Amino acid sequence: MLSVDEKLRMYFTMLCIRRFEEKAEELYMAGKIWGTFHLYIGEEAVATGACFALRPEDYITSTHRGHGHCIAKGADVRKMMAELMGKATGYCLGLGGSMHIADLEGGNLGATGIVGSAIPIAAGAALACKLQKNNRVVLCFFGDGAANTGAFHEAVNLAAVFKLPVVFLCENNLYAMSFPVKKAFAIPDIAERAKGYGIPGVTVDGMDVLSVYEATKEAVERARKGEGPTLIEARTYRFRGHSKSDKGVYRTKEEVRMWMERCPIKRFREHLLGEGVPEETLRDLEKKAEELIEEAVRFAEESPELTIEEARRLVYA
Amino acid sequence: MPEREITYAEAIREALREEMRKDPSVFLIGEDIGVYGGAFGVTQGLLEEFGEERVIDTPISEAAIAGAAIGAALLGMRPVAEIMFFDFMTLCADQIVNQAAKIRFMFGGKAKVAIVVRSPAGSGTGAAGHHSGSLESWFTHVPGLKVVAPATPYDAKGLLKSAIRDDNPVIFVEHKLLYRVKGPVPEEEYVIPLGVGEVKRRGKDLTIVTYSLMVRRSLEAAEILSREGIDVEVVDVRTLRPLDEEVVLESVRKTHRALVVYEPPRFGAFGAEIAALIAEKAFDDLDAPVMRLGGLEMPPPYNPHLERRIVPQVEDIVAACRELMS
Repeated sequence: MLSVDEKLRMYFTMLCIRRFEEKAEELYMAGKIWGTFHLYIGEEAVATGACFALRPEDYITSTHRGHGHCIAKGADVRKMMAELMGKATGYCLGLGGSMHIADLEGGNLGATGIVGSAIPIAAGAALACKLQKNNRVVLCFFGDGAANTGAFHEAVNLAAVFKLPVVFLCENNLYAMSFPVKKAFAIPDIAERAKGYGIPGVTVDGMDVLSVYEATKEAVERARKGEGPTLIEARTYRFRGHSKSDKGVYRTKEEVRMWMERCPIKRFREHLLGEGVPEETLRDLEKKAEELIEEAVRFAEESPELTIEEARRLVYA
Repeated sequence: MPEREITYAEAIREALREEMRKDPSVFLIGEDIGVYGGAFGVTQGLLEEFGEERVIDTPISEAAIAGAAIGAALLGMRPVAEIMFFDFMTLCADQIVNQAAKIRFMFGGKAKVAIVVRSPAGSGTGAAGHHSGSLESWFTHVPGLKVVAPATPYDAKGLLKSAIRDDNPVIFVEHKLLYRVKGPVPEEEYVIPLGVGEVKRRGKDLTIVTYSLMVRRSLEAAEILSREGIDVEVVDVRTLRPLDEEVVLESVRKTHRALVVYEPPRFGAFGAEIAALIAEKAFDDLDAPVMRLGGLEMPPPYNPHLERRIVPQVEDIVAACRELMS
């Protein structure tokens, strides 16, 4: 059972993700962040619930929509914001940007811009955990789109036959860019795929942080005991478009509104109030998250950039 | 006492064995490398010595093999992956080109992808279109990768040991027709640094710049030409990326003529990069335009007579040298 303190930390994590993303969007509009990125708004319960089921020394692999995973794994939002602004103080010195944030010391083995490509890498990290007998677990985030890549099949099968300590967490936000899961899968639940690999598969409500936490905790324990991987499908929804190029033509306004009403943060807030947490405590956390992100922006804006000579030295070890 | 001679395949196996004994973070992963001993027998006997934990047979999943190697490397391991045929590198190209090569840079220099991907390349075995490819040029075009293509058992062993100890992803190109070739390999330990070429034969009239199997053929051609009074120098670059420019340029500045010999189709292959290097940096030293002798523009045919024609043979190299001297 989670203590109230732990739940409040979860709530704070979700708030940080939401504020970080809102601020990133604002900065993009203001021309301070360029390129593109993929916002995690609406999916906060998945990263938060899942990462809270891990130990600090465990690992994650992330996706192109990875800011939430990074924050939930305990990253420093200042270094993340600096990365988004392309600064030398960013996690990747401004060379990776939004789609390639890695926080290796914090156990985040990195985000990837190639859908599905981190799944084999997660299996490999889990293989190393097994060989090193370090009792650690790898949590592999990927989307519904990635579940249709060949890399998914190869890596999940490999992990299953080798009984690797990895948890495959499919964030099913119902669209691979514009392509709906209803058209991309001939089965109703992605978790059903688990059967084909001889591993447990479970579908959870990805808008409920506690459900995600419980399912992941069980899978992590199983992995840590050496019983192999689990496939978790978390049903969720991104409130924003796929990326900054998204004109929003493939989802109806009603559908988006319906999902927004199920906002995971609002829902968890109500849960906490119901548990007797004073509203003032929640407001304090909301203010604190706001301040933390503002501080991150200040840090990023004041940071220097790398020179091309410095970048050149980083191609080879 | 005469120096010990072993085959190219044995030399590679020795390098693997020595590095595995020395460093517990080194392990092998690939298809049929365990009890089968590898499609070309290179890993024979290693399962018996190191067990299933360190000689890992996988399902037929090249992307997962390469990806797993990368993931394990991120946690400090030094995996050596075997891709059964170089043609199958296409199946894990995303992992190698987009992940292994870029991760260190994209993550701000904080990650280390110390992997070696070994794979047999080349035609001449009658294996036709899908098992005869020489695709090394593709990987030389990727910053972040190192590409090594040894020509002798001695080089194969010394270079593989360096590749395993290197903190970067290394593509190790083995040639199928070299696996059974014997050559002197000392019992005592040695390494050959990556990025250092070698003059395999001294000569004064013409420089052949080449690598892998073509070194052997060029040396044979040089012997024939020496009987005609043409004194050929053969430069084996050994590592394609990073390229030892000096060993090439120094030789060309001496002989004033350069022939680049390589197995892949002539157009757009790595040999063209060597030709460009000579043209850029030794143009004034040349008595004749740089000449390239590459493979024909055709997928590897099955028919043995045709297969032989697509790759430079000794007589083709001899003819090209004569032409360059005329």
